[in-house]
Amino acid sequence: MPRLSVWFVRASFIYLVLGLFFGALILMEKGFALYALIWNLLPFHMEFLLIGWLIQLAMGVAFWIIPRFSRGASRGPENLVWFSFAFLNAGILLTSTQLWFPSMLIIGRIAEVIAWILYIIGSWKRIKPHGVE
Amino acid sequence: MPLLTRVFIKTGMICLALALMLGILLAFGITNGFFPVYIHLLVFGWITQLIFGVIFWMFPKYSVEKPRRNETLGWWTYALLNSGLLMRAIAEPLQATHANTFSAWILVFSAVFQFLAGLLFVINSWERVKEK
Repeated sequence: MPRLSVWFVRASFIYLVLGLFFGALILMEKGFALYALIWNLLPFHMEFLLIGWLIQLAMGVAFWIIPRFSRGASRGPENLVWFSFAFLNAGILLTSTQLWFPSMLIIGRIAEVIAWILYIIGSWKRIKPHGVE
Repeated sequence: MPLLTRVFIKTGMICLALALMLGILLAFGITNGFFPVYIHLLVFGWITQLIFGVIFWMFPKYSVEKPRRNETLGWWTYALLNSGLLMRAIAEPLQATHANTFSAWILVFSAVFQFLAGLLFVINSWERVKEK
C-alpha cells in the first residue's frame, strides 16, 4: 500500500471512531433527553462519517488499487493527490466549525470540492483498459 | 474468502434488503421514527459492514502467523455492530412513538455497542494499514 493510501485510510479510521462516538452520544440523548446541546454534534456525526470515513476510505483504497502506469510515475501525479488529501481534511475540519463560524461551512465545502477536482485530475488517466501504457 | 468476511457481507446484504423494504414504508408516509433506522441500515448495516468484511479479507497481512491479526476481535466487531443495529431498529421507532424507560435504555446500549464495534474494528485493522 503506498504511503498516501496509508494516510487516507488511517485518517478515515480516525473519523470513523469520532463519528461513531458523536453518533452514540446523540442516540443516548434520544433515549434520555438530558442535554439538548448534544444535538449540535449532528453535523460532525454526518460530516465525519460520510466524507471523513466513507469517501476518504474510498479515495485511499482507489489510489492504491486502480491500474498503474508501466512508464514514469506509476501512480501518476502523486503530488496532486497529496494536495487533495490536505484539502479534503482541511475541508472536513473547517466544515466542522460551522457552529461557531457559520461561514466556515462554505469555505469547508469549497475546500472539499477542490480536493475532489485535484483527485480526479490526479487519477483520471489511471482509469484505463488493461494493456494501455 | 474468510468465514467472517462472508458473514459480514451476507449480513450487510440482508440489511440492504431490510432498508429498501423500509424505504417502501417511508414512501407510503409511514414514518413513526423509521427514517433514522432506514439511514443507519443503509450506511452502517450495509456500506460500513461490507467495508469491514472486505478490509478484513483484503488488506495487507499483519504477519505470516496472524495474517488478519486478531480474528476474535473481528467477531466481536460483527456481534456488536449487528446487535447494536438490531436494538436501535427496535427501540428507535418505539422511543419516537411511545417513549419509555425500557426503550431508552436499549438505545443507550445500542449506542455503546455500535461505538465499540467501530473502535474494535479500528484497533484490529490499524496495523494492517501499512506501506509495502
